[in-house]
Amino acid sequence: MNNLISRAKELLESKTVNVVIGYEAGPTGLARPAFITDSAKADKLIYDERCVQNLAVYLTKAEVKNFGKMAIVARLPVMRSIMMLISEQQVIGDNLIILGISEDNSLLDIASISVMQGYIDKCDLGNPSKDREILAELNKMTPEEKFSWWQNQFSKCIKCYACRQACPMCYCIRCTVEVNQPQWIPVQANAHGNTEWHILRAMHLAGRCISCGECGRACPVGIPCHLLTMQLADQVWNYFHVHAGTSDKMNSVLSTYEPNDKESFII
Amino acid sequence: MSENIYKPYLMEIDNIIEETPDVRTFRLKFKNLEEAENFSFKAGQFGEYSVFGEGESTFCVASSPTRKGYIECTFRKAGRVTNALANLEIGDTVGFRGPYGNTFPIEEWEGKNLLYIAGGIALPPMRCVIWNTIDLREKYKDITILYGARTVNDLVYKHELDEWKNRPDIKLITTVDPGGQTPDWKGEIGFVPTVLEKVSPSSDNTIAILCGPPVMIKFTMPVLKKLGFQDKDIFTTLENRMKCGFGKCGRCNVGKVFVCKDGPVFSYEQILELPEEY
Amino acid sequence: METTRKLIRKHSLELLYKKLSASNKVYAPVTATDKQVEYKYNPPFSDVTFDHIRSTLSVKNLVFPKVENLFIFSNSKTESSITDVNLNLLPNVVLWGSHPCDNAAFDILRSIFCWDINDEFFSKRLEKVTVIGLACHTSDDYCFCTSTGNAPNSVKGSDILLSKLSGGDYIAEFITAKGSSILASSPELFENETEEKAVIAVVNTKFSHEQVTEKLQTAFEHPFWVENSLRCIGCGACTYVCPTCACFDIQDETKGKEGRRYRSWDSCGFGLFTLHTSGHNPRHVQSQRWRQRIMHKFSYMPDRNESLGCVGCGRCSSACPVDMNISEQLEALQNI
Repeated sequence: MNNLISRAKELLESKTVNVVIGYEAGPTGLARPAFITDSAKADKLIYDERCVQNLAVYLTKAEVKNFGKMAIVARLPVMRSIMMLISEQQVIGDNLIILGISEDNSLLDIASISVMQGYIDKCDLGNPSKDREILAELNKMTPEEKFSWWQNQFSKCIKCYACRQACPMCYCIRCTVEVNQPQWIPVQANAHGNTEWHILRAMHLAGRCISCGECGRACPVGIPCHLLTMQLADQVWNYFHVHAGTSDKMNSVLSTYEPNDKESFII
Repeated sequence: MSENIYKPYLMEIDNIIEETPDVRTFRLKFKNLEEAENFSFKAGQFGEYSVFGEGESTFCVASSPTRKGYIECTFRKAGRVTNALANLEIGDTVGFRGPYGNTFPIEEWEGKNLLYIAGGIALPPMRCVIWNTIDLREKYKDITILYGARTVNDLVYKHELDEWKNRPDIKLITTVDPGGQTPDWKGEIGFVPTVLEKVSPSSDNTIAILCGPPVMIKFTMPVLKKLGFQDKDIFTTLENRMKCGFGKCGRCNVGKVFVCKDGPVFSYEQILELPEEY
Repeated sequence: METTRKLIRKHSLELLYKKLSASNKVYAPVTATDKQVEYKYNPPFSDVTFDHIRSTLSVKNLVFPKVENLFIFSNSKTESSITDVNLNLLPNVVLWGSHPCDNAAFDILRSIFCWDINDEFFSKRLEKVTVIGLACHTSDDYCFCTSTGNAPNSVKGSDILLSKLSGGDYIAEFITAKGSSILASSPELFENETEEKAVIAVVNTKFSHEQVTEKLQTAFEHPFWVENSLRCIGCGACTYVCPTCACFDIQDETKGKEGRRYRSWDSCGFGLFTLHTSGHNPRHVQSQRWRQRIMHKFSYMPDRNESLGCVGCGRCSSACPVDMNISEQLEALQNI
């Protein structure tokens, strides 16, 4: 942690960056995103197991982008999100300094995107084990049981879109749910529309979700919606042998077409 | 009106004028005669117009309260509701609820000169008060209308512009942006602020009413100030997004001011008091 | 006015609950399997929680449902008809065990829905609700009711307020005629009050809301808003869980010729909330939207509706995925 603070100070004092995006402790003891612009305030930075939010979400936010050059505290999911954002041309890697944090909470020396790629390559890229266990249980259910389990979950949804807003990959300025010509998804929160929303969100993240679990964590009513995107991340691995966020030149699995694609689904 | 404050009047489309390729004017008549009898409004007020199944959209009443028995609205095809409205025909039904909001203080303007300045699709919110004061012509001194649009094609109410042009008691100046003219265009060529400066109307005993896109307002205000207009003598309308129309849905406020209740008509003196949130 | 206070034993409380359930819908808090506290209609008494600090959602949906029909229409090209929703058919509801903060919110909602013109969808629903509140005997760091003019045992908005005694029985305080009528119809369930004192949570004052309101008068352009909202991700969680947030959308939905116009919860935190058709957006960045939320509750509402727009329940802070802690921010605003 001291390494992180001194590195942040150094970057701010030398004006290498204008902001360090990291974590601080809030008044109730929770860790939360922090934006350090003044090296004197870098001591607020913390790094421990409480620091769970995916900070990459801020890289596409207007008022954060205004800072210009920035450094970001990044554990594996943040690194993978950054890879996706660079691949999708939402973030320019050169404007970014990665303050990598290893699994045992020590500062990594990530001098470049290719170093970051090297680090990611050595990590376990599957879904977190606790989610893997829940998914395994869910997958034992019959389709009917599974549907009714999810219906029960979706019935709680209030359409606050915390799942979408917390996701670094949901950066669209106008989300499909906000398109009203035609109105794809009902504006109101009802069982039918909620189901459509969650399926649509998951599908848009297939091949792009890096399994950080932020969407489920953000949900104020406790819908484990991260299991949907994680399930698809598994499927993408099974069918295409691709893990999202492993390079800065990723092709989108579901929207890249090649002449030699298998087209067995076309009769 | 019914106790259900969200329930619209049913209106029949009595006439449609295609003002420009994407701007229409509808004349609407009440389907229920009793509702027609009890309905009244004043210049500056607005309403929620609806196509059942598509939703509601907010625009001003564009006809004058002096013309009884109908209301008119002018809209540009832009979103879901206005596109659906544009697909309707004479005889079709739409919903209307209102009138909402405050009014132009035309009684206070009696005995004064009136200078109307409008740009593009912002003539409709002003048309109501223009006709209202024309219909009460003897109460006002000189009436001057300066109307500009990007191109000749974008001018709305062309039939009425001709009528105003030909009336000896109204001074009408029309202008189009440079490049927007046609070979037979007889009006001015230039942006509204430039033409205003050229025409240089007197601010003496004069009220200026200004409606247009933010960029037009931004560059016209200094010209008005230069001509000697005081903030309290300049009026405009704000057009924040609305849903309910009566200060509940939480969208249109500028600071503590509800555009739907305290507006849409504001003097420039009032606007200067507002935070920049419009 | 002096209110009547009676003792009600835990087992009598159950009898009261059952009696009320027979002729009303009773809306009471239960702890779900995932530890979230949610309100349900007529849950078994044994499931009803008396020890929760705050339910995940507020109880505002009783008077301001997340989706509500404004009318039904049938529409062909030239013939349209509108059918009103019959609000007189709404059932009587007993809101059971809701805390003073949530109960105080009803008056605030009334000041939004019924100022100037009366919104019957709200007011008719409220008429049907009888509130049997429950004073708080526990609290947590998110609670700040005492900073908003409320208290863990404030009677505002309750028809009857229950307070837990150390022995497990309750004191019932009858606040309104609606509340007293329950006493009148079931006198056998109540006994005279004893010396035993109620257990009331301690919630320390964090800021003076009068001072916050005063500071906000001149704070619109203050750098505070950008500095303190950078981490806000712009979701609607805070507004949807809030007992007093009342912004709504109006939409149509059809199936063939039949359809309905409904209103549904909306949020000032959403980027497109104020977007004009032209593409212009008066609140185009998140700091402006965060400012709107605070200003609305602590400056515009005191000014326009003569009521503070916050009851200090702390839900917005506890629901926030990025710890936008409202009482912390108000404390800071008091001192800018």
